[in-house]
Amino acid sequence: MPSIFFVEPDGTEQQVDVEPGTSVMMAAQQHGIEGIVADCGGACSCATCHVYVEERLQGRFAPVGSFEDELLDTTACERLPNSRLSCQLTMSDETDGVRIEVPESQM
Amino acid sequence: MSGVVIVGACQAGMQTAASLREHGYSEAITLIGEEQHLPYQRPPLSKGFVTGRTTVDQLALRVESFYTERDIEVITGDRIVEIDRSARSAVGHLGRRYPFEHLVLTTGSHPRPFPGPGARLRNVLTLRSVEDAVAIATSFNGVEDVVVLGGGFIGLELAATAAALGKTVTLVEATAGLMGRAVSPRVADFFLRQHRARGVDVRLNSSVSEIIEGTPGEAGGVLLTTGESIPASLIVVGIGAVPTTDLGVDLGLGMGLGILVDEFAQTTQPNVLAAGDCAQHRDLAGHSRVLTSVQNAIDQATVAARTITGDLSRPYDAVPWFWSDQYDLKLQMAGLAQDHDEVVLRGDPEAGGFSLLYLRDGRLVWAESVSKPGEHVVARRLISAGSAVDPNLLADTTVRMQDAVIENSEMASTVE
Repeated sequence: MPSIFFVEPDGTEQQVDVEPGTSVMMAAQQHGIEGIVADCGGACSCATCHVYVEERLQGRFAPVGSFEDELLDTTACERLPNSRLSCQLTMSDETDGVRIEVPESQM
Repeated sequence: MSGVVIVGACQAGMQTAASLREHGYSEAITLIGEEQHLPYQRPPLSKGFVTGRTTVDQLALRVESFYTERDIEVITGDRIVEIDRSARSAVGHLGRRYPFEHLVLTTGSHPRPFPGPGARLRNVLTLRSVEDAVAIATSFNGVEDVVVLGGGFIGLELAATAAALGKTVTLVEATAGLMGRAVSPRVADFFLRQHRARGVDVRLNSSVSEIIEGTPGEAGGVLLTTGESIPASLIVVGIGAVPTTDLGVDLGLGMGLGILVDEFAQTTQPNVLAAGDCAQHRDLAGHSRVLTSVQNAIDQATVAARTITGDLSRPYDAVPWFWSDQYDLKLQMAGLAQDHDEVVLRGDPEAGGFSLLYLRDGRLVWAESVSKPGEHVVARRLISAGSAVDPNLLADTTVRMQDAVIENSEMASTVE
């Protein structure tokens, strides 16, 4: 099972193992990772599951879609080149071990 | 007795339990649901789930370890049939008793059944649970003709899904417009044209008098009140949700359409709270209403949890918001469709994406967006901040919406 390493703003790191096909957002929700609010439950509708993706593996996820691109311009924390909405990041063996930084705020 | 019993292992029930622990509640928490699953998301059921894009496991709101780590006992497969007030316990259908100090009713809602003949035929389906969604998805595999009763969100989402799968779809709506009073006539009309352009035969101002039996035990179509019959091998009924309030009625709680609650999610009896689809509250505009949405489930449940921990500092005043995905279109609403004195159109409906922004006394009070999720997010912030906006700037798509703000109220800290 691919692993995700969530890094909270205070530096705390938590490993979550998921089935391939699970989104990074659902993994965070299901395991109670604080700081990923995901108001809309993963419908690419709200911009409250913003994360920073480890650059090394960034290119292995599907590229940013147009709705996501628009929403990333409204995130509470600054949009960086490695900003993504975690509901749009699907885990696979390709992305095993990815480090996902959780921003300070989502609202 | 101490502890909280939450009846209804759904979005609101899960949120109540999680928020109680987040706010330091240390007594027992028992979350009881009649379904066999841990609490799961319902919105995908009428969207990606039916087409197989989402699996059951992916719907779970939290995994089992989330509950065990927080000492939240989740009981699945038990239906609470009675609340014993004197013994302060909830009684399951097999007689198991769950004692409580506080009771939270998050019993949700259920689909309104078709009121005429034929409602019980085998291929007449409604949608609430994951099993319902599986039944609809399975039926989609073997049928050509689908009739959808009801032009609300669920009916339209399922019609869109069926049409995208290549089915011949007829949608019958009793009123003159789609999505009732939840959207403006302009948005309703936009979606009407979209559905028709994609081949859905939408019949407005039409009613079904009966579902006709085809082969024995199965529906073969519907009969309209005009006498016209429409053949179909699957009938999907999406004519509204009814709050599930039996336990509230038995307890003698104050009732409207739903269980009446105040701004702290308290019912008319002490230590009994309600949240989500089953509850009816007075909104910010003063209207008493039932809100069937994820936002309401989460925010009202969070308030209920705070109330139980004795924190009455933050009444329920969240800005409602809602979304519906139909085809590749994303419809989103924020705020209350209350009286407004000005409407601003931002963007071009013919170009695919636009927002309708409703102002009262120069402040944004309601927003409808189609395929403009970024504008929806900014609108939500502006509405909750009570920002005064310049309507000309708001209409100008070369100006960011947040830059149309001319003055923020004292609550404006959430706006960038």
